[in-house]
Amino acid sequence: MTEITEVPSPFCGIGTDDLIIQVDGNSLKVKENGCAVNTPAFEQTIQNTSPTIAGKEVSLDEAVGKAADLLRDSNQPVIGGCATDVNGMRALMALADRNGAVVDNMGFGGAKRNFLAMQDSGWMNTTLAEIKNRCDYLLVIGIDLEVFAPRFFERYLWNEASMFLPDTSDRKIVYLGKGPSGKASTSPNNKKAKVLECSNEDLPEVVAALRTLVKGNSLVIEQVGSIAIKDLQFIADQLKKASYGVITWAAGALDFPHAELTVQTVCEIVKDVNESGNRCSGFPLGGKEGDQTANQVCGWQTGYPARMRFSSSFPEYDPFLYDSQKMLDNGEADVLVWVQAFNSSAVPPQVAVPAIVIGRSGMQFDKEPDVFIPVGTPGIDHVGHAYRLDNVVAIRLKKLRESGLPSTSEVLTAIEQVL
Amino acid sequence: MLTKLTGGIVYDPANGVNGKQQDIFIEDGRIIKKPSKDAKVDKEYKIKDKVVMAGAIDLHTHIGGGKGNIARMLMPENHRLDAVAHTDITRAGTGHAMPSTFTTGYRYAEMGYTAAFEPAVLPVNARQAHMEMADVPILDKGGYVMLGSDDYLLRMMTAKKDQQAINDYVAWTIRAAQGVGIKVVNAGGISAFKFNQRKLDLDEKNSHYDVSPREILKSLATAVKELGIKHPLHVHGSNLGIPGNIETTLNSIEGVEGLPMHLTHVQFHSYGTEGDFKFSSGAAQIAEAVNKNKNISLDVGQIMFGQTVTASGDNMRQYANHGFARPNKWVCMDIECDAGCGLLPFKYRDQNFVNALQWAIGLEIFLLVDDPWRIFLTTDHPNGAPFTSYPHLIRLLMDKSFRNDMLATLHPEAQKMTTLASIDREYSLEEIAILTRAGAAKITGLVNRGALGDGDWADITVYTENKDREKMFSKPDFVFKNGELVVKKGKIEKVTWGTTHVVRPDYDASVEKNLEKYFSRYMTMKMGNFKISDDELTEDGRGSITVHPTVGGKV
Repeated sequence: MTEITEVPSPFCGIGTDDLIIQVDGNSLKVKENGCAVNTPAFEQTIQNTSPTIAGKEVSLDEAVGKAADLLRDSNQPVIGGCATDVNGMRALMALADRNGAVVDNMGFGGAKRNFLAMQDSGWMNTTLAEIKNRCDYLLVIGIDLEVFAPRFFERYLWNEASMFLPDTSDRKIVYLGKGPSGKASTSPNNKKAKVLECSNEDLPEVVAALRTLVKGNSLVIEQVGSIAIKDLQFIADQLKKASYGVITWAAGALDFPHAELTVQTVCEIVKDVNESGNRCSGFPLGGKEGDQTANQVCGWQTGYPARMRFSSSFPEYDPFLYDSQKMLDNGEADVLVWVQAFNSSAVPPQVAVPAIVIGRSGMQFDKEPDVFIPVGTPGIDHVGHAYRLDNVVAIRLKKLRESGLPSTSEVLTAIEQVL
Repeated sequence: MLTKLTGGIVYDPANGVNGKQQDIFIEDGRIIKKPSKDAKVDKEYKIKDKVVMAGAIDLHTHIGGGKGNIARMLMPENHRLDAVAHTDITRAGTGHAMPSTFTTGYRYAEMGYTAAFEPAVLPVNARQAHMEMADVPILDKGGYVMLGSDDYLLRMMTAKKDQQAINDYVAWTIRAAQGVGIKVVNAGGISAFKFNQRKLDLDEKNSHYDVSPREILKSLATAVKELGIKHPLHVHGSNLGIPGNIETTLNSIEGVEGLPMHLTHVQFHSYGTEGDFKFSSGAAQIAEAVNKNKNISLDVGQIMFGQTVTASGDNMRQYANHGFARPNKWVCMDIECDAGCGLLPFKYRDQNFVNALQWAIGLEIFLLVDDPWRIFLTTDHPNGAPFTSYPHLIRLLMDKSFRNDMLATLHPEAQKMTTLASIDREYSLEEIAILTRAGAAKITGLVNRGALGDGDWADITVYTENKDREKMFSKPDFVFKNGELVVKKGKIEKVTWGTTHVVRPDYDASVEKNLEKYFSRYMTMKMGNFKISDDELTEDGRGSITVHPTVGGKV
């Protein structure tokens, strides 16, 4: 039995790297600094290790051969999921390039709202260490932050020491939209977060009203959604007074039509505050289970985020057309490759076309896919790299045990070589 | 395997060879002396009268790292105009302003380049820079590690830590981030912007730290020298782009008091305030100062007309310039108490007075600096223009009448404000070989690169002589990387993978005591997870590390 310290997690997206994990053969136990997201993800036991074809156990070579056959005969394969480490994503891109596939990260439906806003007007953002040391005012829009990342407050806001704040418990936390479900946002000196609740559907209007007020314009109405304008005015004033205000949102949680416009308004509020003479930054939440990794690698290898295709031998990007689910629904794709090395419950969608699943060991299916190859998890079964949600920091994932499971990269490279 | 290149006209300034016809022999990736008569030549390339130079080296080009990737994703419309299909041996990708990694490697190699250096590696983002550069084929690469707005250094300076302590921290960082040099961007300014300062002059204090850019420059330049890092402190000066910043640049030269310093993209830092538009060329003064101060080297950061994107660590200045973004979208980031970045799409226009004069100022600097060993050919890719404009730039330098024809088409007021038309100098092939090969290898501290002598790595480019230098330098006949033929007639022939150049100055291991505490208290990752291991650069089976010596260091 060994104990491994300073273990980084690829699961929570916020790059916690202080886990202490006990390793006993193939079994892992999070001894310290676990959370509701990370602990089960690390402790999940290895179940299936053998590849299958239509549910029947086969050798890795046979499974790889069958996958290559299916891809060779395909006119338009789509690769979904795209949840793996940097090397896994590199191999995925190589296979897609060779095979003319669509590459579509499973988080893109949410991330799209950010990309559309960013590619239209840009943004001013910050990263975790800046929040930890500078942020004196945090506005959380439309997300229950402690469910998203259970240790966010503990690690980045109620940290004991900060370089530029005399007392971190004096930070002001305000929720707009969804309120907090627990007490993580209550400061160590027992100050509760201010909550201005409204429904998701009202957020576009509420955020637009907030921008109006930040710009110094007035509104004749007294209420927007369920929120009084005077309360919004108070937020606008505080944002403009803060030394280092931060506005955070999770694009995935803004599940209403044209949420990209709300994201864009949030980003423009940040710019407006900076224009008005004070510093303010945005902080998009996202990037769990390799979402950010997929976009980064796809970005540097093709210039586009991870909803694109190689069907014409060159990269093409379209956040709407290359939605793999829609393509499958419309009969525009004839093979699905599903890559998900982090989460065994993130199974592929039910499809009528042949499915090749490169998934974390333990994945269970209602209908057995044509090919299933269980792979190791980056950061548990092999070393690797994964991106944190703030897009700047890539963490070095450790190998914790000797499970013998192949990596995503090994499997996808093997398929590409047989093609 | 013995390869012979027969009959070429060799320009190898590192070995004092200037246009001499001589054969080159290659064995095991390196150039060797003429072998004995019995030695069997396995492969001969008859290149009679063709021009032979070492592979070109770009010492300042943004090819890897987070800000570049943001720039890529910011501009899908730019990529759509330049989609690159895969071939049997090459991967698909996109250009143009900020090309994808594979396309970057192929296009550099197809112009005869065999090495490129990313000049703005944020320590906390170094892992990404190396991962991106690992996907740049053929080229050797390396990075300059950015310091000067990182809170750790500024805290040390405020606490008046001695030079030795700063040296240890600099050495530790360059090793942790696997760098080959040290860069400073708007010294202290990126930090100051986080405290809401919107500008920072050379002698202005960071409002929190009570430290000035001049002090930071001096301290880091001293560290680089004392650690024996061959590449001088790589300086992106204060006040980028501001009319009148020539004063800042001249004061910075004086401020380092004779220490080696490399001023990068000097064109952006050479502006006066004369004339009707209060914007004028400071090229003559810069050139005079550089000619006089032998401790100073520079690269130009030439601008070219057309669409590009500016990608910089200097988010203070990028923010200030955001109104110029074309198309109108831009990104600024504060990053990890370490640095920042800013991305602005930009369209330089020849009928815009300022842009036209920027073009002329860059060329004036090229032509007025005397010593070709201290000036380097860059566009600060992609900030001044994409690197693919180098052949055009070489023609501008080598062909006075072409240059003047171009000048005559620009904004008329800009023409009046430049002395360019009266400068007769034309660069020679030997000088181009110094700027882009011998000099670049020397100043980055590369051993056995940028030269064609016995024992040097066989990075070789063969061109067909052509009076149209743009044509000549656009499409080499052959490019060899480590002795392997990688480009033929300007097209990729074989895809290989280059090495990562690093330096490893010594430091006192006790430096980690305080760093470990700092990381645990204030940072968001453990110190142990911050350091980049050699495995990370080599475990894919393609990458390798080449450690270059430090010299004359006190440590």
